[in-house]
Amino acid sequence: MPEQTPGQTVGPFFGYALPFDGGPEVRAPWQPDAVRLHGVVLDGAGSPVPDAMIEVWGADGDGRPSTERGSLARDPNGFTGFGRSATSADGHYAFSTVKPGVGRSGVGRSGVGRSGSAPYVVLAVFARGLLHHLLTRAYFGDEPDANATDPLLRRLDPDRRGTLVATVDGPRSYRLDLRLQGPGETVFLDYGTAQ
Amino acid sequence: MTDLTQETISAEIADRHQREQGSGAVHPRRDFPPYRSTVLRHPTHELVRADPEEIELVSPAFGHTDVAAHESDLTIQHAGEPLGERIIVTGRVLDGDGRPVGGQLIEVWQANAGGRYAHKRDQHPAPLDPNFTGVGRCITGEDGSYRLTTIKPGPYPWRNHRNAWRPAHIHFSFFGTAFTQRLVTQMYFPGDPLFGLDPIYQSITDPAARARLVATYDHEVSEPEWALGYRWDVVLTGPGATWTEPEDPDHA
Repeated sequence: MPEQTPGQTVGPFFGYALPFDGGPEVRAPWQPDAVRLHGVVLDGAGSPVPDAMIEVWGADGDGRPSTERGSLARDPNGFTGFGRSATSADGHYAFSTVKPGVGRSGVGRSGVGRSGSAPYVVLAVFARGLLHHLLTRAYFGDEPDANATDPLLRRLDPDRRGTLVATVDGPRSYRLDLRLQGPGETVFLDYGTAQ
Repeated sequence: MTDLTQETISAEIADRHQREQGSGAVHPRRDFPPYRSTVLRHPTHELVRADPEEIELVSPAFGHTDVAAHESDLTIQHAGEPLGERIIVTGRVLDGDGRPVGGQLIEVWQANAGGRYAHKRDQHPAPLDPNFTGVGRCITGEDGSYRLTTIKPGPYPWRNHRNAWRPAHIHFSFFGTAFTQRLVTQMYFPGDPLFGLDPIYQSITDPAARARLVATYDHEVSEPEWALGYRWDVVLTGPGATWTEPEDPDHA
């Protein structure tokens, strides 16, 4: 069996390589179903992380993963589900995307239907000083009923559950701060891949 | 940090390696203080086990609309030839069962031959090369293969401790068949004398795992009168043994 290739930090110099024009606009912001998902990335001292990169990956409005190509050269009417946002000098990231539907997102790997699953998008966090990226989920604060029955959320310590739930902070706008360490540390996820 | 010596860093690395011997860890330890920038940037809680759902078991799709063929040659992006040792880096991207990861995006970035990035935050007083940006992309073939033409990057100093130098490396970004296989890493060159001194490379505590980041010189890949060839294969394994969310909410 071939063995997993180890990761290494993205380092400080990815700026010419990874961010791309339109990267944060997974769904064109003028589209009626577009929502904003944004926040700041904070370190263990509570300071913003100005050299992080966040990736988002989410299903479409019907809950289906997109198989559309073209994330790097976007079709303004399309939706590939994938986006990238480098953080700004004040540690801020922002995406325009859609809130995934729940149509099929409740199908687990076990193949067992899990209609209790709430809509979420997957976030990957990369930064200098972060030797291997982190994965987490952003759920939506205006889905309290779905969130209450979500198989992951309901397993979490109630004190930490909120770190995965983006709060409504305006019309069609959600905010989720990502704390790498310390008080309010974001719940990061292990999907059973090599550690 | 400038009074922090290599001796101190090396002792910290050796101590950590000894404590983690046989741990089976593949990836770097995120909490790895010899790389000082990790101190405030690693989570202190254990990761929480999650059952991947459909979105996490598939990956974004990329294609030739995203990447032009010439982007795999980092030496032809400017009017002139970049300075340095022209090299070819080729290999295959495979999943944990040895199946090719075809049609997927690879992104690379690197310093120039003098060890300088075309990046405003790189303060190393080595020359920029107007003919080298050090950025490339390609889409893997159906057999998982990729092939890049570039310049061998130089080692460069950084400010982790006094007289800290990174071994020469190329940064790589990969997508697998599932988003949970996402990988960002660095490829190194065989025989680099800086390996033992570098807290980023040594953050992978298992020597066999570390060695998987080092390309092999391959004379079959070298092209006469043109470029030296290196081979580097990459493996992106999927989620491990089947695991099911517990029925009862137990606080993780």
